[in-house]
Amino acid sequence: MWDGEAAWAALPTVLEGFGITLVATVLGFGVALLLGLVLALVGRAAPRWVAGPVNAAAAFVRSTPLLVQLFAAWVLVPALDALVLGVLVLGVHYAAYLSEVYRTGIDSVPKGQWEACTALSLPRRRVWRAVVLPQAVRNVLPPLGNYAVSMFKETPLLSVITVHEMFHEASSFGSTHFAYLESFTLAAAVFLLASWPTSVLVRRLEARLAKGA
Amino acid sequence: MSGFLAELGRALPRLGEGLLVTVESTVLGAGLALVLAYALGLMSGSRSRAARGAARTVVEFFRGTSLYVQLFWLFFALPMLGFRLEPLACGVVALGLNFGAYGAEVVRGAVAAVPRAQLEASVALGMGPGLRLRRVVLPQAHPLMVAPFKNLLVQLLKATPLLSLVTVPDLTFRIDQLRSATGDTAAAYLLLLAVYGVLAGVLSLLMNALERAAKARLGTGGDG
Repeated sequence: MWDGEAAWAALPTVLEGFGITLVATVLGFGVALLLGLVLALVGRAAPRWVAGPVNAAAAFVRSTPLLVQLFAAWVLVPALDALVLGVLVLGVHYAAYLSEVYRTGIDSVPKGQWEACTALSLPRRRVWRAVVLPQAVRNVLPPLGNYAVSMFKETPLLSVITVHEMFHEASSFGSTHFAYLESFTLAAAVFLLASWPTSVLVRRLEARLAKGA
Repeated sequence: MSGFLAELGRALPRLGEGLLVTVESTVLGAGLALVLAYALGLMSGSRSRAARGAARTVVEFFRGTSLYVQLFWLFFALPMLGFRLEPLACGVVALGLNFGAYGAEVVRGAVAAVPRAQLEASVALGMGPGLRLRRVVLPQAHPLMVAPFKNLLVQLLKATPLLSLVTVPDLTFRIDQLRSATGDTAAAYLLLLAVYGVLAGVLSLLMNALERAAKARLGTGGDG
């Protein structure tokens, strides 16, 4: 049955793990945002012999399980620190999804914007940086936010490669004190408390963008 | 590599069993998720405040807590309350609850997207609520649901390797055994990734066919 004292004792451990969870999420999403943009631009602007294989690789990453990718990276690249490796695998996995998000964002920029850039003979670089990307990214902020929340909820997977994030901490507390009920319930509560307000915010943002557009 | 192939040949029956377990958990999990998605999704669009509130709470709860935490909670914490589920049942229930909550949003959105006039017309024709839902609302909502359901189904398939962490002997579990038997890590994991890639591809093809069928039944046909 529920043991309040055990839950109280588990709280510091779980919160300590939550710090690592946040670090992994923020860094992993940073990698995904950058790499996803690169993938989208390559898929869009690079010559076909580059874009084709890159798109195929991204599709492959999207259609295979994150857990297996983590295991594979863990045993194939044993030299890297677990947290660094976890952040990279998370980043690459989500970059494959985010590149599609960016792509729809870029497609949603009206053709007139491109034509105006040509008429003003803006250099290519400036077209992307000053005209297309700011509008594209603004359009896809809500899906980007949703992916950030879903990455946050996938960080427990990093525990299989011994990253000491919240779930790993909850799990080891549970096994040493035989208090799985308390430690896992706490971890679930922290996930809910952190992800629910974020998804409400994303939904508000979505509603506001839909109205303002 | 030749040692790996020989071992692979010997392990083939066990890998086949693992594949069956993966397919089984995907199908059962998706079935449970589909039922929950309809129940919760229709409740979220209901006029009764109590039904709506209950559905929203359940959906937000299972979307907000991570699938991994849910699965491990069922496997480790639930027995402490006196209920013990088989590992495979834990997996199917966790997958069903989690993806059912996501699916409920799909159902709710698709039902809300059916033009209001359709509903008013069916009221004017004196159709009861059940008949309205069955003959007017759902047939028009279905084609909108297929594409997001396809994404969820592929996500669900890709979540099944988690079950190997709670001792379900699925494909990942079996190939991991093969890996420790042969020591050929790269080959084992590449094979595993490839099999999941193929499975996801097959699922996508099936769902594309379903989408075409749903659209054809509505008379909007083609890819339009």
